[in-house]
Amino acid sequence: MTTTTYREAMRRALREALAGDERVFLMGEDVGAYGGCYAVSLGLLEEFGPDRVRDTPLSESAFVGAGIGAALAGMRPVVEIMTVNFSLLALDQIVNNAAALRYMSGGQFHVPLVIRMTTGAGRQLASQHSHSLEGWYAHVPGLRILAPATIGDAYGMLAPALDDPDPVLIFEHGALYGMKGDLPDDPDPVDLTSAAVRRTGDDLTIVTYGGTLGTALDAAERLAGEGIGAEVIDLRSLRPLDMPAVLASVGRTHRAVVVDEGWRSGSLSAEVSARITEDAFYDLDAPVARVCSAEVPMPYAKHLEDAVLPGADDVVTAARSLGA
Amino acid sequence: MTGGDGPAGGDHRLHLLRQMLRIRRFEERTVELYSATAIRGFLHLDIGEEACAVGVTGALAPDDAVVATYREHGHALARGMTMRAVMAELEGKVEGVSRGRGGSMHLFDAATRFYGGYAIVGGGLPVAVGLALADKLQGLPRVTACFFGDGAVAEGEFHESMNLAALWDLPVLFVCENNLYAMGTALARAQSEPDLAVKAAAYRVPSWAVDGMDVLAVEEAATRAVEAVRRGGPHFLELRTYRFRAHSMYDPDRYREKSEIEAWKERDPIPALEAVLVADGALDDDTLARIEAEVAAEVDDAVAFAEAGTLEPVSDVGSHVTATPQADGGLP
Repeated sequence: MTTTTYREAMRRALREALAGDERVFLMGEDVGAYGGCYAVSLGLLEEFGPDRVRDTPLSESAFVGAGIGAALAGMRPVVEIMTVNFSLLALDQIVNNAAALRYMSGGQFHVPLVIRMTTGAGRQLASQHSHSLEGWYAHVPGLRILAPATIGDAYGMLAPALDDPDPVLIFEHGALYGMKGDLPDDPDPVDLTSAAVRRTGDDLTIVTYGGTLGTALDAAERLAGEGIGAEVIDLRSLRPLDMPAVLASVGRTHRAVVVDEGWRSGSLSAEVSARITEDAFYDLDAPVARVCSAEVPMPYAKHLEDAVLPGADDVVTAARSLGA
Repeated sequence: MTGGDGPAGGDHRLHLLRQMLRIRRFEERTVELYSATAIRGFLHLDIGEEACAVGVTGALAPDDAVVATYREHGHALARGMTMRAVMAELEGKVEGVSRGRGGSMHLFDAATRFYGGYAIVGGGLPVAVGLALADKLQGLPRVTACFFGDGAVAEGEFHESMNLAALWDLPVLFVCENNLYAMGTALARAQSEPDLAVKAAAYRVPSWAVDGMDVLAVEEAATRAVEAVRRGGPHFLELRTYRFRAHSMYDPDRYREKSEIEAWKERDPIPALEAVLVADGALDDDTLARIEAEVAAEVDDAVAFAEAGTLEPVSDVGSHVTATPQADGGLP
């Protein structure tokens, strides 16, 4: 067992992938000489050289598309995009090409590409570096969308993502990189398809993922002090969704709060909420509640950013409102 | 692919002629089938531009790759997809090259390394860069030919891709089929620098412009360019061409003068090559009639094949989204 950070866990996964498979290479803005915008790839250029840790110009569409082409030709590229906001410059390649190529080629071609990017707020980076747009990507058939919220998943999701014959997007919440925790020296392989119960409870289910897992766990701890047992489900995969896990929990607790750093309108939280309502309506003792970010572009000032983001207080208030 | 074109069968130019005729007659039949509603959706015809697809694909090796646009019937046929499978695709049949999933704009064929028709203008260029990157990283001496139109030169993806291919010295042949119109917008109304080869040269990509109505000139230039790309680094070919038909079947063609279209038709690449061959004694009326008859028979056969084809069961609509079906895939 080693104490490590989310960032280091991810770096270890990248290093092992590069060392273990000649087809794997890392490509993106400042992944090499700079060491990665968030220092995830620090040292990898020196270890693996500039062909396999490849700095790119600021050309999101071209280098994501190049990742698609290289994947089509049998490589296993890992493309890093600095933030989800920047990924909008590559949206054509991700949605029109990566997600659709298998289908529109009648199954002849496939795109074994992994795209990693930072998402989320909390670092006073304002309106063009802080949004949580992973829910948009989760809308798109043909993509697998992952949101590692723990050290174990930061390390463990990359290898199975690289084994996936289809495109996988990994959303790393920017506030998690410095998070510390233990990682076994020889961790078990992780499963990409299942949600995880991060805390058990019988009175309500909090469904969340990524950067708000910590918020949900804080809220659950406080609710426990009030005698309310909150179960916390970490979705882990935003597409496909492990709804059986969510529904099983809601079937026991009869109450659900969905916590999502994205905006409420047309969001992942809307999808989860709708599915609970569609499939577990008669199990519910209260309407599904949602805690999301305020519907504004992210402000810079700290007190405003804090007010916009879902906090443990908001989750506790929502939980109480359900009569749990 | 086609067999020999004897009695003068040793003349490669007859092969080029046959290939252009195959595209022309194929597409003329698709117009009839469109009117008869056997083909729907967008149908972008290559008619007038056949020399580009035929000349460039003729310069490629079997192991090279092709990336094309939504106007790619000609490229698909010239590259070696069967007329049957392309026609079946246009009719939405499961025997089509893309199982009827892609249609006219999205022809794919793994066997000929034809990586598709891309229908977002410029969207294929980054993919071509990536195919070439994979070849370079694996030490494979292969070339990726990437076709696009003059409209794509206005897209950011053109500039990003040219830069990346040049920066990384990747084996991509960029082939710009400049037909002077981005759908209905004339080149001069869309480009501050209408000499497109100049733009490519700004990225230090060796660039030259060729008469795209002359298949022999196209093939010669493409052969030189492919050899140069295979030795290392991208090249850019601007093929100056013209489409005789409207942009698509929906286009009323209000933005061009009839006189301009007629003037370009005087330079039709098919009669132009026929004239060269006749003048050289390499083609006579009987040979031409025989080639035409063989092509007509191939088109008839392709139509019969497509019409006898089967529709994929609706219950399969969710297949091929991902390798492992996702729980939320397919029909609701």
